Amino acid sequence: MISKTTPANGMLRAKIALAVMAIAIFSATSDARAMKIQEITSPGGIKAWLVEEHSVPLMALRYAFRGGSSQDPEGKPGVANFLTSMLDEGAGEMRAAEFQSKLDELAIRMQSSASRDAFSGSFQTLTVNREEAVKLLRMALNEPRFDNDAVERMRTSISTGIVFDSKDPDKIASREWFRIAFEGHPYARSVKGSRESVAAISGEDLSAFRKRNFAKDNLKIAVVGDINAKELGVLLDEVFGALPEKADIKEVAQVVPKNGPIRKVIKMDVPQSVAQFGHGGINRKDKDFIPAYVLNYILGGGGFSSRLTEEVREKRGLAYSVYSYVYPYVHASIYFGGVATKNEGIAESLKVIRDELRRMAEHGPTLEELVDAQQYLTGSYALRFDTSTKIASQLLWIQVEELGIEYVDKRNGLIDAITIDDIKRVAKKLLKPDSLIVTIVGRPSNIADEG
Amino acid sequence: MHVQSRRFLSHLAIGLLMAATANLSQPAAAGNRAFHTKLKNGMDVVVISDHRAPVVTHMVWYRVGAADEPKGHSGIAHFLEHLMFKGTDKIAPGAFSKVIARNGGQDNAFTGQDVTAYFQRVAKDRLPLVMEMEADRMVNLKLREKDVLTERNVILEERRSRVDNNPSSILSEEMMAALYQGHPYGIPIIGWEHEMAELNRADALTHYGRYYAPNNAILIVSGDVKPDEVMALAEKTFGEIPANDNAVRDPRPGEPPHRAARRVRLEDPRAGQPTMQRVYLAPSYSSAEAGEAEALDLLMKVVGGGSTSRLYKDLVVKQKIASSAGGWYGGSGLDSSRIGVYAVAQDGISLEQVEKAADAIIADVVANGITDDELERAKKNYLADYIYGNDSQSTLARRYGWGLAMGRSVEDVEAWPERLSKVTAEDVLGVARKHFDLKRSVTGYLVPAEKKAERKDPSAQGKTVSKS
Repeated sequence: MISKTTPANGMLRAKIALAVMAIAIFSATSDARAMKIQEITSPGGIKAWLVEEHSVPLMALRYAFRGGSSQDPEGKPGVANFLTSMLDEGAGEMRAAEFQSKLDELAIRMQSSASRDAFSGSFQTLTVNREEAVKLLRMALNEPRFDNDAVERMRTSISTGIVFDSKDPDKIASREWFRIAFEGHPYARSVKGSRESVAAISGEDLSAFRKRNFAKDNLKIAVVGDINAKELGVLLDEVFGALPEKADIKEVAQVVPKNGPIRKVIKMDVPQSVAQFGHGGINRKDKDFIPAYVLNYILGGGGFSSRLTEEVREKRGLAYSVYSYVYPYVHASIYFGGVATKNEGIAESLKVIRDELRRMAEHGPTLEELVDAQQYLTGSYALRFDTSTKIASQLLWIQVEELGIEYVDKRNGLIDAITIDDIKRVAKKLLKPDSLIVTIVGRPSNIADEG
Repeated sequence: MHVQSRRFLSHLAIGLLMAATANLSQPAAAGNRAFHTKLKNGMDVVVISDHRAPVVTHMVWYRVGAADEPKGHSGIAHFLEHLMFKGTDKIAPGAFSKVIARNGGQDNAFTGQDVTAYFQRVAKDRLPLVMEMEADRMVNLKLREKDVLTERNVILEERRSRVDNNPSSILSEEMMAALYQGHPYGIPIIGWEHEMAELNRADALTHYGRYYAPNNAILIVSGDVKPDEVMALAEKTFGEIPANDNAVRDPRPGEPPHRAARRVRLEDPRAGQPTMQRVYLAPSYSSAEAGEAEALDLLMKVVGGGSTSRLYKDLVVKQKIASSAGGWYGGSGLDSSRIGVYAVAQDGISLEQVEKAADAIIADVVANGITDDELERAKKNYLADYIYGNDSQSTLARRYGWGLAMGRSVEDVEAWPERLSKVTAEDVLGVARKHFDLKRSVTGYLVPAEKKAERKDPSAQGKTVSKS
C-alpha cells in the first residue's frame, strides 16, 4: 500500500504531531455535541482532564512526566528511553512473562515513550477489564522490577535498534543536526543514547531515574472514554497516589541552536541523498509563536498547500517529500525541515528551499495564502478530536504546554486574529536562509563536504 | 511495501465488531452498523453512522490495483493515483488538495495490488463538496504532458525513498519476486524502476478510461451522517455518471505448482544486524475456504504476535539468540496472501542458527498444534482490537471498504467476530499443517557487508542478490 504523501519516518511523524499539538487546542465548535472537558481532582489531590464518552466501551488514558531524556544522567544518555522498555517487563510480584501474559489476556494496550522533554505513556482498556487493567498500570509505574534477564533483553533490543538507526539516512541526518545545533547541551544527545552508553546503564540507573522523575508535581493526565468523574478519582489515587509529591529534576539550561551557515555531508552509498535543515525558532510562550506556526503551514507544513511542496515537488519533480515545521522544545525552539532527492539533484532541491525561505522572509505570504491557511487550520481542528485516543493526546499536550483549559476555546480565535502585517513581521524574524545548519547523508553531487 | 502495510492490512482486511458490552468470548450477533445499497449505475454505497464528532470520512475505492497492470507497465496504477490530483475542467491543475485544505479538510489516496482508493476527512457540512469533486474526477480528468513528466520524477524519487535507500525493502521486493512465479503480486506496486521511467500520459489515460467508472467503485462514508443524506448526495453526483461495461478486471495469471523452496540473500553495507525472513504463500480472506483465514490469523498471533508469542518467548527470551522475533498473516489479497516469520540475530549468532530455531517452533506447531489457552487468548485479543477499532471512523471506513473491494458483503464483514470465535484448536492445526509448506516459501537473509572501497557510482555498490 503506498500513498500519495508520506511523512518521512516514524520519528518525524511524531515530531510533526507534537508540533501540531503545540497549538492544538480544541475547537471552539458551535456544534451542540461539543465535548465537555472536566477538570477532575481526585480525593487524594491528583488532577486530570476528563472527557466522558460512553458509546464505546473503552477508556484511553495518557500521562506525561516532564523531564524526559534531558534528565538522563551525565555520561549515560538513553536511560529515559531504556526505562520506557522496562515498564511492561515485570512489576510487583510478577516477572516479565507473567506480566505480559496478563496484559495480553486482558487485551490491554500499554506503551510509553521518551522525548527530550517528557516521559509519557498511553494506556487503553476495555471497560469490562478496567479494574484489573488499572492494577497493572499501577504496578508498572510504581513497582517495576528491573530483573537482570529483562534488563539484558531490553539492552540487546535497544542496542540493535541503535545499529539499525546508524544505517538509516533520515536518522543519521537528524542525529547529526541535533549534535551540531545543540553541542554541549543535553538536547545534543540522542534520546536512545549510543551503543556504548546503553551498555553502561544498570538497573539502578533505571530505578533512580524513575524515582526522580515520576512524581505528582510534574505529572499531567488526560482521560477519555467510558468512565465518570467519581470512578476516575478512585482510579487516579490508585495509580498515581503513592508517587512522591515532588520530582527531583535537574535544571536544564535554555539554549539557542548554533548559528549557521553550517553544512555537513555524511557519506553513504545510497542513490538518494537525505537532507535536513534548520535553525532557531520561536518559543511557545512568545506571542509570535502562533503567527510562526501559521507561517510555517504556508511555507512547509501544509503538504500540497505549502510553497516548498509546490516549488520542489509539484513544479520540479525533485522530491516525493519536502516539509518543514516549527517545534517548541521546553528549553529551545527550532525551525526544521527535510527533503530527499537523488544525489545528482539534491543541490538544486536545497537551493530551491533556500530561495523560498528568502522569498518568504523578504516578502511574507500573500493575503490569500494567509486566509487559506487560517481556513484550513481552524476548519480542520475538529479532525483531531474524532477518536478517544486522539482526544486524550490533544488534552495531554495542552496540559504539558501549560496552555490552560480555557485556551481550548480561544485557539481558533488566535489563528483568525493574525494579520498580514503580523505574519510578514514574523517571517522576517523567524527565517534565516543564510544561517541554516544543513546535514546531508548520501553521495550528493556538487556539494562540498563541509562549509 | 507489503511490509509497511502488513499491520494495516491484517487489521482491516476483515470484519466488524460486536455489540459493545458483550462478553468477549461470545460476541453478540453484530449489531448491523452499516447501511449498504447500490446506485442505478452499479456503484456500491456504504454508510456507517457515528455521531460523536461533527466530521465525516469519505472514501471511493476502485476495484483495480497494481496486479491489473498490463505487462511491462508496472507502476501505472500508482502513477495514475498521483495524476488524479492534476485537475479537471472544474479543478485547476494541482488544485484538488488545496481546495480540500481551504475547506478545513485533509485528503490522500493509496494504491495496493488489488485496490486504488481516494479519501477526504472533512467537517460534515463539506461532504457535498467533496462528493462533487470526487465524482468529477472519476471521469473528467485532464492531464497536461508537462505535469505527467514532472510527476514521473516524483514517483521515481518515491521509489528511491521507499525501496532503493533501504536494504530491507530491497530484500522484501526480491522475496516477493521469488515467491510469485506467475501471478503479478511478485511485481512491486510502485513498479520496477526501468518500467516506471517509461510510463506516459497515454498509459495513464488508458488505465483510467478502462477502470474508473461507478460500476467498478465503492463509496464509503463514515461519521456524522445518515444514510438518506448520503444517498441524496450520491444520486446527484456519482449517480449521474454512466456505467462502463468494460470496467472489469481481466483474470490474472495463476501460480504454477511450487516445487522447490527458494532462498534470497542480500549483502549490503547499509544493513543493520543480520535478519532472517520467511514468507509462505497462503490463502487470503477472499480466496480461502470457509474459516481458514480466521484460523490463519489465530495461528500467526500464537506463533508470532508480540512478546507472548512462541517465537519471541523461545528465540528472544529463552535462547537469547535473537533481539527480536515474530510472525504475521496478511490476509488481504484478492487472489492469495502470505504468512511470515522473521528474526534479527543477536551479535555473534548466525542466521542459520536463528532459522533453525524458528523452524523448530514451526515444526512443533505443525506436529502438536496450539493449546486451548493460547487460542482463547488470541481470540480475545483480536476481538478487543475490533472494539478499539470502532473508536475510529477512519478505521471503520477502511474495514468496510476493504471488505467490499475484496468481494465480500457487509454481512461477511460484520460476521467476522462470530466466525473467529468459532475457530477450534483443530482448525488451527489444520491450517498450520497445510500452509507451513517450505516448497511454497521463500527465505530471505539480509546481511551487513563490509564496506568496499569508495566508489563514485552508488548503484554499483556491493550488493549481491542470489536466488537458488
